[in-house]
Amino acid sequence: MIRILALLPLSIAVIFGGFFLWGLNPDRDPNEVPSVLIAQPAPAFELDPVVGLHTPGLSRSDLVGTETAVVMNVFASWCVPCRAEHAVLTSLAEKDGIRLFGINYKDKPEDAIRWLAELGNPYERIGSDLSGRAGIEWGISGVPETFIINTDGTVLFRHVGPIVGEGAIGKFREALLQAGALPSGGL
Amino acid sequence: MLRLLILLVALVLPFASAAVEPDEILSDPVLEARAREVSKGLRCVVCLNQDIDSSNAGVARDLRLLVRERIVAGDSNDEALTFIQARYGDYVLLKPPYNAKTYVLWLAPPAMLLIALGVGLATLLGRRKTPKLRGLNVTEEHEVKQFIERQKKGDNK
Repeated sequence: MIRILALLPLSIAVIFGGFFLWGLNPDRDPNEVPSVLIAQPAPAFELDPVVGLHTPGLSRSDLVGTETAVVMNVFASWCVPCRAEHAVLTSLAEKDGIRLFGINYKDKPEDAIRWLAELGNPYERIGSDLSGRAGIEWGISGVPETFIINTDGTVLFRHVGPIVGEGAIGKFREALLQAGALPSGGL
Repeated sequence: MLRLLILLVALVLPFASAAVEPDEILSDPVLEARAREVSKGLRCVVCLNQDIDSSNAGVARDLRLLVRERIVAGDSNDEALTFIQARYGDYVLLKPPYNAKTYVLWLAPPAMLLIALGVGLATLLGRRKTPKLRGLNVTEEHEVKQFIERQKKGDNK
């Protein structure tokens, strides 16, 4: 009994040390809000097209029942990181052949049109979310955010923030590969 | 002195006010009060340690409007909370719910207190117990006897 008690300080130190190690891990992002959507059906929403843009609007039914998993990106012309991410998404859509859908979040239609004219429009469909209500349905905390949705309509992956830099792009590609959203097999 | 106090209070007051904007406030004060109460339990998902009532973030404003919309539509406070929880998860509640994921969070403090009290009590009881005296055996008895006798002889010298 006494011997077990003698080990108590050591075990307490080990437990606390474990927590400190976990807390000090530089890869851990304390601002990360866990998503409830992963492995859940995509939320119901229905958005009109951006007024004046010749890209059709977006609703849940467009994301469900597709042949491959699809990507849904929330963007806005006023969002600077979206600009940085745009080239990555364009390349994935044009070179790798992913199916890319967009939600234009709280954006003025004329700004969105100008932005897409300048940078190119890789989106198959774009829904205009003027009120931000569809954003709440998706549980987003800001823009950009990107989701991968499986053919049966379940959400497989969520990326918060821009997909830029080797780490983020690598992780996203891996998720696309696992979801089978890369028709070319990722090569 | 009083003037200084009034000035200080006046300076501090703006910090106490919420980020709720005038156009959001419901005309019915009862419903508005309920909306405020619900908002106090909701975390702003951008600025994490603020409730949505005191946050100026865009999403916080959207959530405030949504809470009011649900309440006007006839939701109870709990229903409005559940509606938002379904979209943003347990994380959006400032008071974490009691479920399988949060057992450690809720149970660890009382458990640690109980362990501490238990260890303390055991230590105190252990100290109070006087150690049982062991008598001397025959050889020890003999040695002591010899020692005393030798001492006595020494004294006589």
